[in-house]
Amino acid sequence: MAEVKMFGAWGSPFSKRVEMGLKLKGVEYEYIEEDLNNKSSLLLNYNPVHKKVPVLVHNGKPIAESLIILEYIDEAWEGPDILPKDPYERANARFWAKFIDEKCMPPMWKACWSIGEERAKAKEEASEALKFLENEINGQKFFGGDTIGLVDIAANFIGYWFRIAEEIVGLELMTQDKYPNLCKWAEEYCKCSFVKENLPPKDKLADIFKGIIQAQSAPK
Amino acid sequence: MAKGNVQLLGSWVSPYSNRVQMVLNLKSVDYEFIEENFYSNKSERLLKANPVHKKIPVLIHDEKPICESLVIIQYIDDVWTENGPSILPSDPYDRAIARFWAAYIDDKWFPCIWVILLSDGADAKKTAALEEFNKGLALLEDAFIKCSKGQKFFGGDKIGYLDIALGCFLGLVRLIQKMDNISLIDESKSPNLFKWAQHFSDDDAIKVVIPETEKLLEFAKVFVAQVKASGINK
Repeated sequence: MAEVKMFGAWGSPFSKRVEMGLKLKGVEYEYIEEDLNNKSSLLLNYNPVHKKVPVLVHNGKPIAESLIILEYIDEAWEGPDILPKDPYERANARFWAKFIDEKCMPPMWKACWSIGEERAKAKEEASEALKFLENEINGQKFFGGDTIGLVDIAANFIGYWFRIAEEIVGLELMTQDKYPNLCKWAEEYCKCSFVKENLPPKDKLADIFKGIIQAQSAPK
Repeated sequence: MAKGNVQLLGSWVSPYSNRVQMVLNLKSVDYEFIEENFYSNKSERLLKANPVHKKIPVLIHDEKPICESLVIIQYIDDVWTENGPSILPSDPYDRAIARFWAAYIDDKWFPCIWVILLSDGADAKKTAALEEFNKGLALLEDAFIKCSKGQKFFGGDKIGYLDIALGCFLGLVRLIQKMDNISLIDESKSPNLFKWAQHFSDDDAIKVVIPETEKLLEFAKVFVAQVKASGINK
């Protein structure tokens, strides 16, 4: 049995976060792809509370929730820091990672797949949230400074998944003129070789997103 | 032990604020407590300190604000390392488990308490929320057995992160028990948590923070009426 196992799904940003963390630390692991429509009994056993990916299993002990797993990886293995060492900077990183999960991703995702007033409302909410991130990145190369850190890893959805979805659905939310800092960050982020290795193929994701649109417009 | 100037923008009523107060007490940190009106008419000071969420608690350490109660607790633990035992467990896996359950409490469990508090007895939402609450409690009872390893607290022989993440809600739990005449943490159904609740509330650092039920009752009457009148059902 591998010392480190990871249950994930190729298209999930949360799953990719964990892979990024493991690769950053140079941890060898066994990857198990889960069919999210038919979850394995092993996964459900390891994460009975949420029944979701990603789950990291280290020496038989499971950890769930991507941000919690990332902190665990940072503490359990040597290598480049995922969180900063300074307590105030650590608090900052934790704050923004949580902000991304709670305030950015839900309305951004909703804005993609809703219409009319619901979309307008979600777009407004997402715009407000992104403004805070725009100010926070403030001309730095990454949220983590010169190197990628917790917040950059947490923002993978914003830097990659969302840009693809946004284009397909014609949303025009994270535009260059409104969010120059964020757009620049996203460009640097996706160019970075380390990140590139941990992103799902653009065409495969695009197919999934187009599929969602088709399913929505299919006669009921 | 002085390690700079510490202020806490909080409220005696708020469990999230209480969390931070408990940790500051456990760590014997001197601080200035500033009672904020958390529900309406938020002060300029609060809006400046927490422009993103506009909420309490906010810890201000040497004029630098830190927001979000669980982030604040970890910050205090990271800074005041010589002040007593650490709040988070020392083992990385135990830390991950503590963080997992604290996140569960905030994301899944507390919303039930809120619904129970704000909805009427006949409301189907209340019944559903009670069901969720009890499911969660069963999970937490199980988590307690695993984390405590036979000792008094989630943190073992001393109060830790998860004790505080959960224990801060005991004031509200007791309020609901009194208002609705029900037993939420029942000795027969959750024997370990029942005992834990007593141990936790008896601690000197904690008992001065958990709001008294009578005071909460007075506050709740006004607050719940206000919330219902404004039509916010959250």
